[in-house]
Amino acid sequence: MAVITYREALNRALDEEMARDARVFLMGEEVGEYDGAYKVSKGLLSKYGADRVRDTPIAELGFTGAGVGAAIAGLRPVVEWMTHNFALLAVDQVVNEAAKMRYMSGGQLSVPIVFRGPNGPAEYLGSQHSQALASLWTHVPGLKVLAPATPADAYGLLKSAIRDDDPVVFLENELMYATKGEVAEQEFLIPMGKASTARPGKDVTIVSFSRPLLAALEAAESLAAKGIEAEVLDLRSLRPLDEDALYESVGRTGRCVVVDESWPVASVGSHVAYLVSRECFDFLDAPVALVSGEDIPMPYNHALELAAQPSAAKIERAVLRALYREE
Amino acid sequence: MNDSLLAMLESMQLIRTFEEKAGMMYGLRKIGGFCHLYTGQEAVAVGAVSVLDLERDYVLTGYRDHGHALALGIEPRAVMAELFGKATGVSRGKGGSMHLFDPAKRMLGGNGIVGAQIPVATGVALAQAYRGDGGVTLCFFGDGAFHQGALHESLNLAKIWSLPIVYVIENNQWGMGTNWKRVSSEEDFSLTAAAYGMKGRSCDGMDVAEVREAMLEAVALARDGREPSLVEARTYRYKGHSMSDPGKYRSREDIEEYRKRDPIASLKGRLTDEGALSETEWNAIVARAEEKVEAAVAFAESSAEPAPGELYADVYAEPRALPRAAG
Repeated sequence: MAVITYREALNRALDEEMARDARVFLMGEEVGEYDGAYKVSKGLLSKYGADRVRDTPIAELGFTGAGVGAAIAGLRPVVEWMTHNFALLAVDQVVNEAAKMRYMSGGQLSVPIVFRGPNGPAEYLGSQHSQALASLWTHVPGLKVLAPATPADAYGLLKSAIRDDDPVVFLENELMYATKGEVAEQEFLIPMGKASTARPGKDVTIVSFSRPLLAALEAAESLAAKGIEAEVLDLRSLRPLDEDALYESVGRTGRCVVVDESWPVASVGSHVAYLVSRECFDFLDAPVALVSGEDIPMPYNHALELAAQPSAAKIERAVLRALYREE
Repeated sequence: MNDSLLAMLESMQLIRTFEEKAGMMYGLRKIGGFCHLYTGQEAVAVGAVSVLDLERDYVLTGYRDHGHALALGIEPRAVMAELFGKATGVSRGKGGSMHLFDPAKRMLGGNGIVGAQIPVATGVALAQAYRGDGGVTLCFFGDGAFHQGALHESLNLAKIWSLPIVYVIENNQWGMGTNWKRVSSEEDFSLTAAAYGMKGRSCDGMDVAEVREAMLEAVALARDGREPSLVEARTYRYKGHSMSDPGKYRSREDIEEYRKRDPIASLKGRLTDEGALSETEWNAIVARAEEKVEAAVAFAESSAEPAPGELYADVYAEPRALPRAAG
């Protein structure tokens, strides 16, 4: 078992899949000669050449759409967005093209493509560079959406995404690229649509994904000191969603706190909270809570931007409220 | 040469007959939604497709796509059944008038978002170049789509990557109710090619022989020289933008002027004058077109609706569990 960073895990997955299948290629801004804006593609240009590690102009709509076209014509593109904020320029190609081509062609076309890059706030980046856009993608039938929080999941899920015959939106996070974790040296894949139990517990289920999972685990540790055993469920895959795992866990604990850094209105978090409320109604001992990003554009000031995001303290408070132990 | 002209005359007449019948069927409410007829523009699709290698080339276009589908040799009955929303339609009844797909016949859509097919087509050409399979992509769009940023991003990508693609502007002079001269900074669209370092040329889109000649040059450039280029075909649509548009923004005289240059009547006159087409032969062309279109309507009428189980089919590659019933 090797300990590697999230960034290295993604790089290893890309490298292995490109070596395995000549149809797989990477394209995006700065992926080649610059070695990746966040160094995820480091070393791949020299190994695979400029046709397979293809630098693009700053034209998200154009190169995202070109990826879609290459996919329907039989290649397996991985399109890197420098951030999901910039992908908003390419929404037409993802939502109107990639997500619908199989359906509106009556099943004749496949769109095996991965759109990936950092999502969610980092630090001091202001409103336009700090958005958590998982909900936008997850809203759309025809897309699959993955949001791994650990290096092992990043590796195993990216490999599955590249081999999948449907368009996959893959959410990374700038502040997680350097986080480390154990990743088996032997090749493995992680199937989409399976949640993982990041920490077992019996008193309450904290549901999260992507970077806020780290805050959820921190909250669980703090709660343990108070004698509360919180189970932390990492969704990992937002579409398809592992509803069985959700209901099984909440069915046992009877309490649920959903943590999602997205804005709270019409979000992944609000949808998960609705599903749990509906399906686990008879088992719930408290209303399902949602700890979300605040409903505002992100401010620049550091204290304010931290106040706008889910934190271990906010999660802990929500758990205590769900247990009627509010301090 | 006369053989190919006769074949093109027959293909244009089939499209004309089909579209007139589609308009009638729309009036009878057999066809719903948006239905954009190609009447008047037949020479563009037919002349362009006549130079393709249908083993390896591809066509993508916008929502006025019946003519391209028929020019590619897709059966009129499969197109009519699609307009009727039947399971036997070319897109299994799930695409509709704007989304005709048949990869086996080299038709990759059929696109309802103005200009969205342009980046996709660019990506199809990227796949052809990546594989080095000698294929060429034709990307059709109108004067309305010309102003979309997607086109300009795509022209740049095609040039820097030396893609085997021909961008064909079907300038029918009206983007819905807006004359192109009101909204174009430059009336000669072909000049734009120079800004991207590629060859641009104009041709008379009412003259199928001229379209064919322009496309022979452009396709050879793409196939043999890996040089993208731009061809503007100046044409005219006889009907409204869609069936719901009475076209009050232009005069009857304008339409009559163009009808005097009708692509079918002109070619018929030329071939007759040259002694290459007798009245008997022409009558046979007309009769064959009518017979095929009548058979197409009968086929569409008698075909089954998509089964209810089709609702959730082909959203993803793998069959998908139905959503849990609410409540």
